[in-house]
Amino acid sequence: MTDTTAQQDSPPGAVALLILSAVGAFLALMATGLSPDPLFRLEGWVFTFAALASAAALTVGVANGRYQADPGRYEDGVIRAGAIATVFWAIVGMLVGVVIALQLAWPRIFYFPEAGWLNFGRLRPLHTSGVIFAFGGNALIATSFYVVQRTCRARLAGGMAGWFVFWGYQLFIVMAAVGYLAGITEGREYAEPEWFVDLWLTIVWVVYLLVFLGTLWKRKEPHIYVANWFYLAFIVTVALLHIVNNLSLPVSLLGAKSYSLFAGVQDALTQWWYGHNAVGFFLTAGFLAIMYYFVPKRAKKPVYSYRLSIVHFWSLIFIYIWAGPHHLHYTALPQWAQTLGMTFSIMLWMPSWGGMINGLMTLSGAWDKLRTDPVLRMMAVAVGFYGMSTFEGPLMSIRAVNALSHYTDWTIGHVHSGALGWVGFISFGAIYCLVPWLWKKDRLYSNALVEWHFWIATLGLLLYIAAMWVSGIGEGLLWREYTPQGFLANSFVETVSAKHIANIIRALGGLMYLSGALIMAYNIYRTIRQPAPAVLPAASGPIVAAAA
Amino acid sequence: MSAPETQDDQGPVATTGHEWDGIRELDNPLPRWWLWIFYASVVVAIGYWILMPAWPGLTGYTPGMLGKSDRAELVGQLAKLKALRGEQNARLTDASLQEIESDPELQAHALAVGQSVFGDNCATCHGVGGVGGKGYANLRDDVWLWGGTLEDIHRTLQYGIRSGHPQARFSQMPAFGRDQLLTPAQVGDLTEYVVALSGRPANTAAVQRAAPVYAANCVACHGPAGLGDPLQGAPNLTDREWLYGSTRSDIKAQIHNGRGGVMPAWSGRLDPETVKALAVYVHANAAGQ
Repeated sequence: MTDTTAQQDSPPGAVALLILSAVGAFLALMATGLSPDPLFRLEGWVFTFAALASAAALTVGVANGRYQADPGRYEDGVIRAGAIATVFWAIVGMLVGVVIALQLAWPRIFYFPEAGWLNFGRLRPLHTSGVIFAFGGNALIATSFYVVQRTCRARLAGGMAGWFVFWGYQLFIVMAAVGYLAGITEGREYAEPEWFVDLWLTIVWVVYLLVFLGTLWKRKEPHIYVANWFYLAFIVTVALLHIVNNLSLPVSLLGAKSYSLFAGVQDALTQWWYGHNAVGFFLTAGFLAIMYYFVPKRAKKPVYSYRLSIVHFWSLIFIYIWAGPHHLHYTALPQWAQTLGMTFSIMLWMPSWGGMINGLMTLSGAWDKLRTDPVLRMMAVAVGFYGMSTFEGPLMSIRAVNALSHYTDWTIGHVHSGALGWVGFISFGAIYCLVPWLWKKDRLYSNALVEWHFWIATLGLLLYIAAMWVSGIGEGLLWREYTPQGFLANSFVETVSAKHIANIIRALGGLMYLSGALIMAYNIYRTIRQPAPAVLPAASGPIVAAAA
Repeated sequence: MSAPETQDDQGPVATTGHEWDGIRELDNPLPRWWLWIFYASVVVAIGYWILMPAWPGLTGYTPGMLGKSDRAELVGQLAKLKALRGEQNARLTDASLQEIESDPELQAHALAVGQSVFGDNCATCHGVGGVGGKGYANLRDDVWLWGGTLEDIHRTLQYGIRSGHPQARFSQMPAFGRDQLLTPAQVGDLTEYVVALSGRPANTAAVQRAAPVYAANCVACHGPAGLGDPLQGAPNLTDREWLYGSTRSDIKAQIHNGRGGVMPAWSGRLDPETVKALAVYVHANAAGQ
């Protein structure tokens, strides 16, 4: 096993990557030169530049005989890069979120008619993709690489492939972001990138899957840890969702535009089958995997119930995939499909809560640590918000409730209690754990700064959610109000101006949450720059022979 | 790991015996309440499937025992709404504008229709409540570019202004500066002249220089005293109401560019009784005429 690992990590992998980069740069340059579509050429230049940079870096590396991996140690370099990328994209994505919140609060002030790329319509997908895929995706890839190695006691499979996944994913993010700002979009929510970016992500994602499976394959533990089930479900299902939802026909192989293979309500249903399961398998399953490793590890407590983890894993996986139609209540979607979407969402409540129970009950006997360890508290609060939003979700899927909540800010509030409360906090917790382990420090630079991060972010998050509840339920009620003569009582623009104060509070909450992330970035930077401790902590040590 | 962090679990529950990187798992049973709520949610779902349209087959779907249908409910609700509005709407169709205004009950109905329709169709340009904005006429005052009688308002609503509708009223102020009909100096003098017309202090020399220019270029529409002409949509220059702003630079810009806005024709977009109701609503909300 060790020998084959050594061979995979030897320079042939790097040389192969070098050749692929050079070929990729050449092909991208050809496509860029031949394309009549200026938007496609813009993306072509981005890809060409990235491939050239990769080829140049690999040439220097190979010439100096670098990339010699020690098969007796874990591959941590790519995880360190992933941790930094996670923090970087968190700040970018949240900053864009604050900007569009300000645009909603003061549309006259933050309106830039001369710069189309700064308009809300372009920035909004930049924000959603930035936080979900750039921040969340990097957190998932980095932690999955860390967790799968530790819980399998095996070095990451595929040699340089892990690095390909990391940089390939960053290239996907940049191409998607450049496209959004330039006005390239498929118009599919959370799947806006056009066909060529989708193809690139497919390649990266399949390599990611192979690296993960390869590492599981060569594990030295008899069993596969629960976190890895969740990571695998996340990787496999996202591949499936991504490919089916993005089936489309390009107008030209040298142009940016493509048309979906589906039409009408089938297209809408495919889109929301994808959209809802992006929530289910990206933002839920993936981050539950993070919870299942980092919470017991940090609390130094065993996971509460193995049986619960099995039952809630399989029920979650089976039921989630059906729930998408609840995004299309009272639309052209046949009522029977709405029924199925709603009822499966209701049945999803307890499978979701299984993860919350396992997370919180793992802390039993360690509750005192919530007082002293802000990192653990952050993760515990994350699990709490996970429970709150997975209750709110089934509630909002009930058709009668949805009739009020649909298209209102309530939905925005719901999404953010999940995104800021659950995804954000569990990722921050994981980053705070990982950075000292990866850079071999005995502790974070400052626990006090973690406290500041925790409280500013928590208060910001509560302001955000409360403001959206008020404005969402308010506008839902205003929309449905009739006069005694049988006419709508409020014009749309009146319901918009009624939300002004709530929009300001939302922007303030978002700004506070962003401030917390900036504090984290500073803390992480200072932690990395700390002098090494006299005694190295054991968390990132060498792979040892089979356990006793 | 060589030195896994110890997990000091002290409890009656055994672990599964597995260990990964120092993490172990307790063998706790499923929480009872969790399991029962899960079962209950499944029962609720099955009950809902029995009652409501639920599972697709080859040629249709299970309709459910309650026989509910969104489509049928929507049709019913629309019919109910139509019946609620119908009686008064029918009277709107037959009544003249004056009759609507003089019958309190009918007027109340017209105002209700008007308010609802105004909010979603007119407020975009004329503002909530019709207070207008730069380039968009204020509908609350007693100043009317194209006349403010009930008939005038109704006509404007039906056919629009510069809308392209064959019956729309149309006028175009020349772009005196942009099209070089007048020199920049003349435009500057005229600006002073217009300021003087509105009763504000102005440069007397410039006003004197502008008098023949005004007489040659502006009188035809705005009249010798600057009182305007509603038949041509030419605004009164002596009042203090300004469509494109009251400052010297605003006035100069208007003489230079000769802007004129477009009001869409609403006949064809809204049904005749709605347009009537809207006319009554706008007339009732405005001061005068």
